[in-house]
Amino acid sequence: MKSGGAGAVYAALSAAGWLKAAGADAQSPERWNKDAFESHALADARKALGAEAAQSGEIAFVQTPEIAENGAVVPIGVTSSIPGTDSIAILIEKNPNPLAAVFDIPAGTEAAITTRVKMAQTSNVYALARAGGRYYVATKEIKVTLGGCGG
Amino acid sequence: MTGVRSLGVVLALAIAPAALAQSSTADEIAKYRAALQDGNPAELWEIRGEGLWKAPRGPKQVSLERCDLGLGPGVVKGAYARLPRYFADADRVQDLESRLVWCMVTLQGFTPAEARKNPFGNGSAARSDLEALTAYVASEAKGVKMDVPLDHPRELAAYRVGEKLFYYRGGTHDFACATCHGEEGKRIRLQDLPDLATAEGARAAYTTWPAYRVSQGELRTFEWRLYDCFRQQRFPELVFGSDAAIALTVFLARNANGAPFSAPGIKR
Amino acid sequence: MGDPMKIRAAIVGDETEVKVLMSHEMETGQRKNAKGQVIPAWFIQNVTVVWKDKTVLSAQWGTAVSKNPFLSFRFKGGAKGDKVIVTWVDNRGDRRTDEALIA
Repeated sequence: MKSGGAGAVYAALSAAGWLKAAGADAQSPERWNKDAFESHALADARKALGAEAAQSGEIAFVQTPEIAENGAVVPIGVTSSIPGTDSIAILIEKNPNPLAAVFDIPAGTEAAITTRVKMAQTSNVYALARAGGRYYVATKEIKVTLGGCGG
Repeated sequence: MTGVRSLGVVLALAIAPAALAQSSTADEIAKYRAALQDGNPAELWEIRGEGLWKAPRGPKQVSLERCDLGLGPGVVKGAYARLPRYFADADRVQDLESRLVWCMVTLQGFTPAEARKNPFGNGSAARSDLEALTAYVASEAKGVKMDVPLDHPRELAAYRVGEKLFYYRGGTHDFACATCHGEEGKRIRLQDLPDLATAEGARAAYTTWPAYRVSQGELRTFEWRLYDCFRQQRFPELVFGSDAAIALTVFLARNANGAPFSAPGIKR
Repeated sequence: MGDPMKIRAAIVGDETEVKVLMSHEMETGQRKNAKGQVIPAWFIQNVTVVWKDKTVLSAQWGTAVSKNPFLSFRFKGGAKGDKVIVTWVDNRGDRRTDEALIA
């Protein structure tokens, strides 16, 4: 599905607002961006999120090992140093549904999230951050290994 | 076959970080394991296990708080580090799980079949009470030095049987535990196999069970670990709470003596 | 009503660090049971964390969040004894709310 390298990734992102489903009301717990989460291709997930063309920015993967012993639980930490970051999303390119999670960061909360995701196979992981209405991206490849017998 | 070295050979199936080969792959895997330590889902089993320990249950509607795990009725703290051991009331050497079954039967009135049912859970639809109780009791021994007794003749006999089992070759592949765990520098895929003939490998391994296994999304106990090893060796099924399972546990736990217990852990 | 979460909230400098462990199958809808039937997707879709009537984090999750989810973040402010309230809602409409006091 992916048409090329990182440049194509960024170019494919369209601008239509970040989360179509979530408005300013972050209190309502039932909004869920179905189109984005149910997309099967990375490009479609990005399109459904409506993210603008993202440039690389100061987004770091923190406490995120390069090799996961098991794809069921892969620790991912994303920290955005971009001032005014109000949203962070995690996408896993080769998952059946690439969009894993979107975090809304209100003022006063650090733009740094740690969670654990499932990875179907070795894949690029994308961290998208929105700040001041613009979108930034960082990527990291995480290898998923086949285990042995024990552990 | 080599005899037992000073600290014995331990059938421990967690990978001791110290045993990892020096390579960047191994370093990254170590980072993976370290990153998982904070926020161990085993805690969810510990919470449930504590509830099960304290709730009045069974036909007699009594809690397990009178259960003697070796340090006196109701004493949970540190008990796991001193198991298995001989219990006069059962006239048997028991590991934690078989002791829990004993208490559920004698104190709470469950039948042995009821108490022993579903030892290995499978999702929220088929939860194992035994796994939760084991997680709770084990968590109360965190930091306590392993101190498995070998005073009673039956404890010694269990140790000897366990040792024999460790070296016993059988099954379709003619494997023994020692086949995988009796030599330095071996691995299966990316997982180093600790040489359980070394004190280091033995201690680090036993003290990290029970553990939350991410590959299964379940909390697994040491009985499970032995059961699964037998399965992987193509041995006949290791019966839960059997003399064989307990004997192997005595052998391995005893050889971990001196190391601080650090379970519940989290593993692949 | 799902199983209790484990919430830890602690002061770190001028911030509160929140760590949450939730009990949930997070079934992807990709797996099949022993009979070959697809096990339906069952997963937390929304998470909200509230402190002093203020939402300090909200999230939308998909099936790729791991079983028994773990979440960690920090927000400015918070004093010992303040309540932190975490709520999740899953795709079946089940919800769970737990709270913890900042240590």
